[in-house]
Amino acid sequence: MTRSFLPYILVAQRLGIAFVTLIIVSFAVFFATAMLPGDVAEILLGQAATPEAVAGLREAMGLDEPALSRFVHWLLGLAQGDMGTSYVNNIEVAELIGGRLLNSLRLAAVVTLVSVPVALTLGICAAMWRGSIFDRLVSLLTIFVVSVPEFMVATLAVLVFAVWLGWLPALSYGVELDSWSAMLRAYAMPVISLSLVVSAQMIRMSRAAVIETINTPYVEMALLKGASLSRMVLRHALPNALGPIANAVALSLSYLVGGVIIVETIFNYPGVAKLMVDAVSTRDLPLIQSCAMIFCVSYLSLITLADLIAILSNPRLR
Amino acid sequence: MSQTNHDTPLVSVRDLKIGAVTDAKRKVEIIKGVDFDIAPGEILALIGESGSGKTTIALSLMGHTRPGCSINGGRIRVGNNNVTAMTTRQRAAMRGTEVSYVPQSAAAAFNPSQRIMDQVIEISTIHNLMPKAEARAKAVELFRALALPNPDTIGDRYPHQVSGGQLQRLSAAMALIGDPRLVIFDEPTTALDVTTQIEVLRAFKSAMAAGGCAGVYVSHDLAVVAQIADRIVVLRGGEVQEVGTSEQILNAPQNAYTKELLAAFEPAGRTPQPVQASDRKKPILEVTNLHAGYGPIRNGAPVAKILKDVNFQLEPGRNLGVIGESGSGKSTLARAIAGILPPYRGSVLVDGRELKPDLASRSKEDLRRTQIVFQLADTALNPGHSIANIIGRPLTFYKGLRGKARDARVIELLDMVHLPANMRHRLPSELSGGQKQRVNLARALAAEPELILCDEITSALDTVVAAAILELLKELQSELGLSYMFISHDLSTVEAICDDVLVMHKGVVVEALPASKMSECATHPYSRLLISSIPKLDTGWLASLEQDPDLIAQFSDR
Repeated sequence: MTRSFLPYILVAQRLGIAFVTLIIVSFAVFFATAMLPGDVAEILLGQAATPEAVAGLREAMGLDEPALSRFVHWLLGLAQGDMGTSYVNNIEVAELIGGRLLNSLRLAAVVTLVSVPVALTLGICAAMWRGSIFDRLVSLLTIFVVSVPEFMVATLAVLVFAVWLGWLPALSYGVELDSWSAMLRAYAMPVISLSLVVSAQMIRMSRAAVIETINTPYVEMALLKGASLSRMVLRHALPNALGPIANAVALSLSYLVGGVIIVETIFNYPGVAKLMVDAVSTRDLPLIQSCAMIFCVSYLSLITLADLIAILSNPRLR
Repeated sequence: MSQTNHDTPLVSVRDLKIGAVTDAKRKVEIIKGVDFDIAPGEILALIGESGSGKTTIALSLMGHTRPGCSINGGRIRVGNNNVTAMTTRQRAAMRGTEVSYVPQSAAAAFNPSQRIMDQVIEISTIHNLMPKAEARAKAVELFRALALPNPDTIGDRYPHQVSGGQLQRLSAAMALIGDPRLVIFDEPTTALDVTTQIEVLRAFKSAMAAGGCAGVYVSHDLAVVAQIADRIVVLRGGEVQEVGTSEQILNAPQNAYTKELLAAFEPAGRTPQPVQASDRKKPILEVTNLHAGYGPIRNGAPVAKILKDVNFQLEPGRNLGVIGESGSGKSTLARAIAGILPPYRGSVLVDGRELKPDLASRSKEDLRRTQIVFQLADTALNPGHSIANIIGRPLTFYKGLRGKARDARVIELLDMVHLPANMRHRLPSELSGGQKQRVNLARALAAEPELILCDEITSALDTVVAAAILELLKELQSELGLSYMFISHDLSTVEAICDDVLVMHKGVVVEALPASKMSECATHPYSRLLISSIPKLDTGWLASLEQDPDLIAQFSDR
């Protein structure tokens, strides 16, 4: 009886851990941003502000309350979907982020759809024909891509495709997205640059994970039962490599939400990462905190999802 | 089943040569021109020590070589298949239908993420032999023939949900599903306990007889092979030493190496050391009411209680054997005495001095007097340290020796275990298994202990090498006046070195026996079952063995 409950317990445990991590992270985010140098009230009022005016604004914004109570208020607000109001332009943070987040998620989704199948296929095939010319070529290319920084890839792409060849627009935003071809063209370069960056790691990790399972006695047993190479790899090795592969994919994809600042900047793509950079330069604390929380939540949910896949794909725990 | 078949042999191997590339990219020949035939329905055993090439030859019959190896010459014919000349695709078509394989460790050879039934009938799925329902019915039939419990439902389980002995029989079902003409058994009972081994051997034997297929049985254990094989090929270093019927190899061996193997099977017994009444001292080791277990402590006792109320005494100069099957708690006993696993109740006295339960609170002197030698020298010796360093560390720790004095003592210790002095500059990976175990022993001797706990120290070694280690232990004992507590699952080794024997089952000492008369004196049903399950060098042993099925059911976990 205990066996059938075990996976639920493990899943509940994992979700519980994720929740606790989230609280700790929110604590860290709030107090780290609170420690940023500079005072919002002073920045907003400019150099000519009188101390009275600054004090009045501080009180109006609730900045003179103790940090802990501000944290609790903020957290309770977040839980109800209230991210606060931007200090800088008095717009609801949710409204500011909303459109940007959608942009970021759209880009992330397209990159995921392109890179995950390609990367896994390449990684698994490289493992399958280990030591072959194909494998060496893939390994060489991934090492090359890993070692070239993304701003280089992105800048070169702009130089080649937008400036020299003129095939694609250099900026992704502001272009009329009235037809499929226009949309394809607008997304092509950011998607290619990002795909290159996230694929390399996925290829390497999935190759390593599959090779490790190929070297097990049960895969040799499959070979001795007369199984073909593809059956050995796809039916016997891959299901047992699912856990590590899911983790590698999650780690790579988590980069797509928060870590794409450079690519968003180069292609002038209005995503959340760019919003956060702008928020930091204006000391817009609610916006910074919300952006940081979005990155944390997306990272945490991806990692948790990968762990859940690892738990559920293991019959010992089922 | 004596075969005098003059028809065309089912399998013929001629001048087989297999090469390998070592880690250092050096090419070596591991099979150096081997010839043999197998008649239809005959079971041929390939016997030899590790490195003799027996598994390599067996796998080559399926056209398979492990990574780094390749068939470099000669001819293998199985039925109408010229294995050495086939393409990869043709070989795949032959595997499972003409030749099939029963692995050494079924626990590792079953895919952990698939149900057993899917894996058992996979051969039929791959080769499109029959509809799925029919294959399932056939598998259930085989489960029944192999005396597996719940034959109708056992296939629905995952590999981790059945025992090792059951998995081994399930792997035989997996091999037989495609009606092969030849089945290769690769040490299929080596990983099993002796009482389980008997059932598995019987199941194999009857299934093979019913199927009428020929077999290749790879093993290092002559006694097991004697029960199942018609003919035996003795291999050493990739060359055939002797071929003959089982009877002839066992009773009238011609080759010197075969004779050596047979001699190593039954090491010379030990004349029991009398308890000297005159200068009788306190026992070197006295264990009373010892309890130990694993897991978090609740109400003063760990959750998983392993050892229950163990009591014994070991007089100086005498040796105590501890026998039992896997899970009987014999290694836990050694760990509890050594303090690696602190007992939660009971006491351990060495030479009358009570030891603190855990290692950390014992004094250096207490630690010095009791040393432990582990089963696997490979994992016990730090692969990054030179032999001099491995043996020298306890010298510095216990004796404060450094520099020249330490080096001189290391050479002395190496000499004690019959290793040359220049070996101290090498790394463990450059040594053979037997040499590593000698270093492991020298490391224990460096502390100048009075008691050595030997945990299965010969189990991972080949019989001839193990026999030499036993000789060394005896020699060291007479020179240094040591006492050994010798843990093993192998009764003949225990018999060779011990005066008294404790039989353990599920953490309890069921009986204490004199080593020289174990089978005569045993009265507890479990000891009798265990002792009677040890295979004998007699081809008729398994057939004539009678064991009470109720007893087996009572004492085994299958």
